[in-house]
Amino acid sequence: MKSATGHFIAQRVTAIVLIFLGLWFATSIIGLDSFEHLNVVAFIAKPLHGIFLALMCASLAYHSHLGVQVVIDDYVHAAGLHKMSLFLSRIAHLAVLVMSIYAVFRIGASA
Amino acid sequence: MTLSILHRATGVAMAAGLVALAAWLVSAASGSADYDRFMALMSTLVGRLLLIGWSFAFFFHLANGIRHFVWDTGRGFEKRQANASAWFVLLLAVSMTAAYWTML
Repeated sequence: MKSATGHFIAQRVTAIVLIFLGLWFATSIIGLDSFEHLNVVAFIAKPLHGIFLALMCASLAYHSHLGVQVVIDDYVHAAGLHKMSLFLSRIAHLAVLVMSIYAVFRIGASA
Repeated sequence: MTLSILHRATGVAMAAGLVALAAWLVSAASGSADYDRFMALMSTLVGRLLLIGWSFAFFFHLANGIRHFVWDTGRGFEKRQANASAWFVLLLAVSMTAAYWTML
């Protein structure tokens, strides 16, 4: 179990990281010449882009995990359902984290 | 007050959006056939509405998140200031979303 202060700090650190990486991602998407597979894969395969994407996905998953946890704490009161929701959210966030980072590095490695 | 609900709602909406982001990356990694299938799915009306919704959620959550950071420093708490910044954040998010989709 995470302490309240730890939660507060981790939530804000990931928020600051996501201000930069989120805006980087949004502008990069606009900057793409096309959304053709070859073009998108070439973009992701650039080492710096892969590192930024992996960092962004990790920060997103962690920030989202913390946020959803707060929402569950506030709205789901039945003890069993509360515990189950937290568990499912944790699994879903872990799955999304592993999938996206694996995909980014897979693309980088196969380029 | 209303915006704090919207902050949560946009956050939860983007949590769901993470699945689409991961699916996009995995489809790109698994080859052009899978990627094209995923992009076709996102090009449907529902797919486009979801993407527009997620982009608004992103810009709103970003702007309102920065508003929260200002509050963390102990500033902007007065009712008049909080009201003004609420409208500013909301209008900014709507115009950023509109600008984004015209540039895309």
